[in-house]
Amino acid sequence: MAHAYTPGLRVTANTALRRTRRLPLKGEVLVAEGDHVRRDQVVARTDLPGDVVTLNIVNRLGISAEEIPRYMLKSEGDVVSVGEILAETRPLIKWFKTEIASEIDGTIESISSVTGQVMLRKPPAPVEVPAYIDGIVVEVIPEEGVIIENVGAFVQGIFGIGGERWGKLQMITDTPQQDVTPDILPADSEGKILVGGGRVSHAAVEAARDKGAVGIIAGGIADGDLRQLLGYDLGVAITGSEEIDLSVIVTEGFGDISMARKTFNTLSACDGRDASLSGATQIRAGVLRPEIIIPSNEDATQVPDASHVGGIGEGDPLRVIRAPYFGRIGTVVELISELHQVESGATVRVLEVEFEDGERAIVPRANVELIEE
Amino acid sequence: MTESVPAATATETPDKIDVVIATDCGSTTTKAILIERKGDVYRQTFRGEAPTTVEAPFEDVTRGVLNAIQEVEELSGRRILDGERIITPAKGVEGVDVYISTSSAGGGLQMMVAGVVQSMTGESAQRCALGAGAIVMDVLASNDGRLPHQKIERIRQLRPDMVLLSGGTDGGTLSHVVELAEFISAADPRPRFGSGFQLPVIYAGNKDAAEKIEETLGEKTALTLTENLRPVLEQENLGPARHVIHDLFLEHVMAQAPGYRKLMGWTGAPILPTPAAVGQIMQTIARQRGINVLGVDIGGATTDVFSVFTVDGESVFNRTVSANLGMSYSISNVLSEAGLDDVMRWIPFELDEADLRDRIKNKMIRPTTIPQTLQELQIEHGVAREALRLAYVQHRQLAVGLKGVQAERTLSDVFDQTETGASLIDMMALDLLVGSGGVLSHAPRRSQTAAMMVDTYRPEGITRLAVDSIFMMPHLGVLSTVNEKAATEVFERDCIVHLGTCVAPVNVGKREMKPNDVLATYEMTSGAFGSGVESGELRVSDLRLIPLAEGAEAKLSISPVRDVDVGGGAGQAYETTIHGGTVGVILDGRGRPLQMSLDPVTRVQQLEGWYQALQIYGERA
Repeated sequence: MAHAYTPGLRVTANTALRRTRRLPLKGEVLVAEGDHVRRDQVVARTDLPGDVVTLNIVNRLGISAEEIPRYMLKSEGDVVSVGEILAETRPLIKWFKTEIASEIDGTIESISSVTGQVMLRKPPAPVEVPAYIDGIVVEVIPEEGVIIENVGAFVQGIFGIGGERWGKLQMITDTPQQDVTPDILPADSEGKILVGGGRVSHAAVEAARDKGAVGIIAGGIADGDLRQLLGYDLGVAITGSEEIDLSVIVTEGFGDISMARKTFNTLSACDGRDASLSGATQIRAGVLRPEIIIPSNEDATQVPDASHVGGIGEGDPLRVIRAPYFGRIGTVVELISELHQVESGATVRVLEVEFEDGERAIVPRANVELIEE
Repeated sequence: MTESVPAATATETPDKIDVVIATDCGSTTTKAILIERKGDVYRQTFRGEAPTTVEAPFEDVTRGVLNAIQEVEELSGRRILDGERIITPAKGVEGVDVYISTSSAGGGLQMMVAGVVQSMTGESAQRCALGAGAIVMDVLASNDGRLPHQKIERIRQLRPDMVLLSGGTDGGTLSHVVELAEFISAADPRPRFGSGFQLPVIYAGNKDAAEKIEETLGEKTALTLTENLRPVLEQENLGPARHVIHDLFLEHVMAQAPGYRKLMGWTGAPILPTPAAVGQIMQTIARQRGINVLGVDIGGATTDVFSVFTVDGESVFNRTVSANLGMSYSISNVLSEAGLDDVMRWIPFELDEADLRDRIKNKMIRPTTIPQTLQELQIEHGVAREALRLAYVQHRQLAVGLKGVQAERTLSDVFDQTETGASLIDMMALDLLVGSGGVLSHAPRRSQTAAMMVDTYRPEGITRLAVDSIFMMPHLGVLSTVNEKAATEVFERDCIVHLGTCVAPVNVGKREMKPNDVLATYEMTSGAFGSGVESGELRVSDLRLIPLAEGAEAKLSISPVRDVDVGGGAGQAYETTIHGGTVGVILDGRGRPLQMSLDPVTRVQQLEGWYQALQIYGERA
């Protein structure tokens, strides 16, 4: 049987998963190998250097830069607090004295006799990395972080916004086709990750946020709704740091589109369970897709890791990811070996697909995505 | 004077080169080509490609290189690898004489530059870094309007591969450039790769401040001092700093990236950043042929524009990179920046705005898909025209009066440029326009490529059009540092597909011309034409295609009417030899800028007329 490599999004009910949790700078790892950790538990922490505040002392004292050492009361490295005098003039008549006080609590970073600039650094800001998923610490990366492992259901979305969150998963539509609208949101959405089938509207996301939901998962979203939600037009596909109160993940794409049945069924089977999700998406070399992880806390050694790089073969389920069949689900009938000229005039490798309603079509191989285990 | 990259390491480069294997390690694909001497000329004979392996799970660029070379081995029958070793020199059907490579994997060379005055040393530093093949993440300047803490915060956030600090003329004031160094020091920036390493900083400012800069940055960064890139206000001296950038790119950036240390041990010439290599081949071709060249490479994330123009007898090279104008990863940003109307104006059918927006976002999140329907292709070509146009606008803005080492421009020139925005890019003087990148190289018809380039760059007078068929220019750029003859021969014979020639008379007078007014009368004579002669009148709004095959030439005599220039001056008759190509000769009377109807129905008719004239989408004649 012919094969072609067409990577798809992973949707699996049970797989071994590992997540690396790393600090942005070197710091302290708070857990040990073999520890069981909870998703909200801090596993590593460090201090980011504080912000810098600049003071142009020479302008304010009316002196030249090389004179600065004579007027400074503090030296590099000194700890200062708000209101503490850093530099002053010493006129004969005290009434004419000018003092410069610190505007922050911090330390003197540098005093420049070239520019007359004094730099003050605020106290360090702590950064903490949570476990993100429930699991076992299988490796400690000294001073940097840990690798956490667990078993569970794993669903990759195609696009998301918002960072890492966790909560109970709750299905809010009965079918993969049903759109997510404000009227179907449950009254008790506080802390929940809501899962619908079809397109999610801007109004539904706003309503879910108002009800305290931490995440919302759906098949598609219209670009217009995304723009309303973000307040700007997303130009480049790097997301995850949006300052919104909940994360949004779509599994299929932009527009009116239903969730793939397999994805919907996988999530339905996890209804009511604790889940972690991340909307962070990056599309370029080193692709990062949004994800939903529902740990089952089984023994990871008993579950095979399904993250193999496979091919697509006849009979495999697939999703078409470009017009004119965008979003339709089917199975591979034949991987046609000859090059084929499509309507656009391009001569490309194609396959024949049979859709769920029995219709058959020829589609470029580049325009399909394997629905992966 | 043109810029040149450092010469190849002579120790590694053999005197006699008959067989070359070259790779370009791109963000997603590593492309290998085999070049062999066939008789007296060099030809590109085989190519192979494989996914780039800089990222997990491989994290070793050499894996992808070996895979791509293996494909070349299989196709060519030449044994190149002995395990993980490249066999040198070539003997019979075994081995190669030299292995060379370029790289843009891992996002290319990302730099931050700083200068005292934004429009002076800031801009010079920007041109310097861009010419060296870098992406400029930000230009920091004393007068950029940001507060000190904002500047420090920005430096800290960016995490560039290296910083170029300039500012002040030699002997001028010290304080501003030292202040910039203090900001960099306070930010304590870390490089993108190698958390345990210091960030490379190049100082190319007022030489009198060098000592203070060393005091400020010497301990916190890997500081390199080089010549001032603006020693006096009237002179730019970009060469030394560019060479330092290339050296540091190899020593720090490349050496930290996974597998590159090993790769550097294999190559017979320094690995160049991909855009620097493309710039290198463009300059070589321009110099050898004595022509002005404009090139564009439109990728998924970025669009690079290169130009080599002769100004006052000197060849001036410029490169710009528009970091977020591309056809997949940043396609949505093209729509944002161009605006919906400017994209829609190229689409010859009615389309709902929401539908267009969803389609473009879907392309962004699934960048490897291809247009199956004609409408999808036309949408993609519409977006491409705007990406190309915006990148070109940015290039014109930066390519102002740049000159290399020993070149001078007076202060009055600088003020002229500021006032008028006068660019070095003179489309009437352009000889060769080269397109590259997926949407141009892989368009189903070459006429589509030609149309996109003509609509976007709007060449004036007589301009040859070409496309880089399989993105071989990076390989040839680095090859030109080892063997210029081989590089130019392969460029001419195998790299470039000539599309033809665009003939575009331009009304340079103040008199408004109306549709159907005669612009010029022309006569083309060539044995390639059935009758031997093609002649007629070119009128305002006309667009005509006259087939002239690749390799064929025609003698063109053209007489423009008063106020119309076609290369010889307003109203002056002009004679020249023009070259054919896979498309032919495009006679473009649409005027500059292109006049497009604002009425949607008329606009669609206008587009259909143009597309039909060039046989872009419909039935071929």
